[in-house]
Amino acid sequence: MESIKVSVYRYDPSSEKEGRFVDYEVPKEEGMVVLDAMKYIERHIDPSLSLRWNCMAGKCGSCSAEINHRPSLMCKTRVDSFKDGKIKVSPIAAYPLIKDLVTDVSQNWDLLKKIPKFTPREGLEKPWKISQVDIERSKEFKKCIECFLCQDVCHVIREHNSGYFGPRHVVKAASLDMHPLDALDRSEFMNKDAGLGYCNITKCCTEVCPEEIHITDNAIIPEKERAVNAEYDPIAIFVRSRRKGGGKR
Amino acid sequence: MSVMSSQYIKHETDVLIIGAGGAGMRAAIAAFDSGSSVTVLSKSLLGKAHTVMAEGGIAAALANVDPKDSWEVHFADTMEEGVYISNFRMAEILSKEAPERVRELEEYGALFDRTPEGTIMQRAFGAHTYRRLCHVGDRTGLEIIRTLEDQILHRDIKFFDEFYVTKLLKDGERVVGAIGIKLNTGDIHVFSSKAVIVSTGGCGRIYKVTSNSWESTGDGLGLAFEAGAELMDMEMIQFHPTGMVFPPGVKGLLVTEGVRGEGGILLNAQGERYMARYSPKKMELDARDIVARANYAEIMAGRGTAHGGVYLDITHRGADFIKRKLPSMYKQYMDFAGVDITKEKMEVAPTVHYQMGGIRVDPESTATNIPGLFASGEVASGLHGANRLGGNSLADILVFGKRSGEGASSYSKKISQGKIDDAAISAEIERVNSLVGRDGLNPYDLASRLEENMSENVGIIRNEENLRKALETIQELKDLSKKAAVHGGLKYNKGLLQVLELPSMLTAAEAIVRGAIERKESRGAHARSDYPKKDPAMRKNIIYTKGERGMRLEWREVPKIPDNLRKLIREEEY
Repeated sequence: MESIKVSVYRYDPSSEKEGRFVDYEVPKEEGMVVLDAMKYIERHIDPSLSLRWNCMAGKCGSCSAEINHRPSLMCKTRVDSFKDGKIKVSPIAAYPLIKDLVTDVSQNWDLLKKIPKFTPREGLEKPWKISQVDIERSKEFKKCIECFLCQDVCHVIREHNSGYFGPRHVVKAASLDMHPLDALDRSEFMNKDAGLGYCNITKCCTEVCPEEIHITDNAIIPEKERAVNAEYDPIAIFVRSRRKGGGKR
Repeated sequence: MSVMSSQYIKHETDVLIIGAGGAGMRAAIAAFDSGSSVTVLSKSLLGKAHTVMAEGGIAAALANVDPKDSWEVHFADTMEEGVYISNFRMAEILSKEAPERVRELEEYGALFDRTPEGTIMQRAFGAHTYRRLCHVGDRTGLEIIRTLEDQILHRDIKFFDEFYVTKLLKDGERVVGAIGIKLNTGDIHVFSSKAVIVSTGGCGRIYKVTSNSWESTGDGLGLAFEAGAELMDMEMIQFHPTGMVFPPGVKGLLVTEGVRGEGGILLNAQGERYMARYSPKKMELDARDIVARANYAEIMAGRGTAHGGVYLDITHRGADFIKRKLPSMYKQYMDFAGVDITKEKMEVAPTVHYQMGGIRVDPESTATNIPGLFASGEVASGLHGANRLGGNSLADILVFGKRSGEGASSYSKKISQGKIDDAAISAEIERVNSLVGRDGLNPYDLASRLEENMSENVGIIRNEENLRKALETIQELKDLSKKAAVHGGLKYNKGLLQVLELPSMLTAAEAIVRGAIERKESRGAHARSDYPKKDPAMRKNIIYTKGERGMRLEWREVPKIPDNLRKLIREEEY
């Protein structure tokens, strides 16, 4: 039987000084993805390998890792997509390591708590009427499976301790801001408190998104522009000077 | 409130919820909004639960598309699909309350697809009289999970994710908390609570070919059974007619009924639209058990595809329509199989999808027979009877999730914290520790044997001989599972988790097989080649309890339907 070699990062920070790559040989199957290989290792070679996976179908966003240094979902990366046969799997680097391939992504829940939740406009007649075209923009962002690959690839998060929430959270804010019946505007919060200003739109996040959300073009840039417009738009400034607070800008 | 001891960390809460899929999250919101302090324990990361895989939609008689629809018709469809062993009151509650739950979800921020008039769009689904499924393309589950997650995060609800409960704690007859392990640290936590809700989902992973994600190992079922809760209808396992068959890594992965709802047709390898022979009136949109058995029969008769499936074809609807209405199916086939479903046929075969049975609950509050213990969602039983309508499970998790949260909250207000037995805690900590750091049987091998055993012997068509064989293997695995152990420590040790999951998986399997042997007829999802007919004497539920000498089964009458509801449904035909 044909086999493949996978090099997997192993490290338990609580008991070991440093991590290392360990090579495993795994039988090759047709249509095999990297997660299949990892599951084989878990089942047949070393059950103590720490690995996170759930749905095996690209729907839950659990099995995020760096495969040959590219942030990827293990369940959607075909083994035969690497022509030279070399496969190196390491944990996503933007988060603290728990063990082997598992990282602590819990800080994302703390950030999500800070983004003001969906707040419907007052006085809407029930049941709500919304037209299909109006939901399409928000719907794109709602495809997010919270795999945090965009967070992993973001150089602002990786290299600067800037307080930038990261692309996932801008997508979240955009999904709420572009909800046709939402009353709030989160752009000022995103730009001032969530550090969106640090993003210099290199589009790396868009490139790695397994749901193919146009993160930079459709979420980040509109959220940046919205805040800028509100800040510098002479009409908005005039209206604001007349009317204190409230309302969607 | 949290207290550290040398061995474990102790917490106190009014309502403890085990499971953070749709039912658990909806329960948490309801219990919190009723004024209770709430803690949620989730086996996976928050927002990853199996609910995210639900595709087609949520059944609610909003009558937006078909004005003739009503709760009465939804009620009748549910009862008839359950082949007359469903709990009428649960079906009544579901059909009456589902519309309200859907609208509430919209007010929480969910964005459903719309009709041209701007109301919530509804699509056709198997055995629903009217177009009834509210949907978000084919990723309805993800929308529900994300929306509820948002609500949880913006309430003062505590949650512990990647947490596995190993035992429910009791004070006399009453359930008063739970003990378990936090995977990312390996710490043991003890929760003292006035009420416990189990919303842990199903047990599909005891089969080799299943649409279920990693979590569905019957955990809550096993916990509740060990604590004395009655199970019901466990023999009823739903096979979804269409799962992927190729490549091997995704075998069993769900292909939404929405494909057929949007006009997809089934063909055998000879190109025949065979549903005309099995169900000339309803064709591809008949009940799931009927379509699943038809697909199975075609494959068995040698009219299957090279990979052992049948064809599902939606190409006639055109690329634009398919990409808009079934975007994730398009992507799923493209990514995993390299098949463009706008141009090519899909290969599909039946896959284990849902457990209709589970913990027996009171329809009003979802209380079990054990004081302090509640259950909702797939792990609970009664609503779906012998077969579940597509879209009724998403309605179930919201309707009964909310009811269990309110039920548990109201119970907790009348009672104080129970007494937690230190000896029971020490014994449990010792047990968990004894499973790591040594040689033992590989738990994955045991689980694989169970999966193969179930898929081979307890499949879509059953018979006494194979069921007996299955039971024998289960007994053997029960003994072997006591010898399972893994190396490594308590921290993020998935092998340990598999050891801990085995008892619940085996409890679920044993109940399914014992019930399947006991029910000597074919009803709904339970089909016996040696008893192919329905038997009026078995229009009853099977109840499963833990006895002194193992699992006990007992037949129980289905609750009598009041006349005003009875007249809504057709008489059962034999």
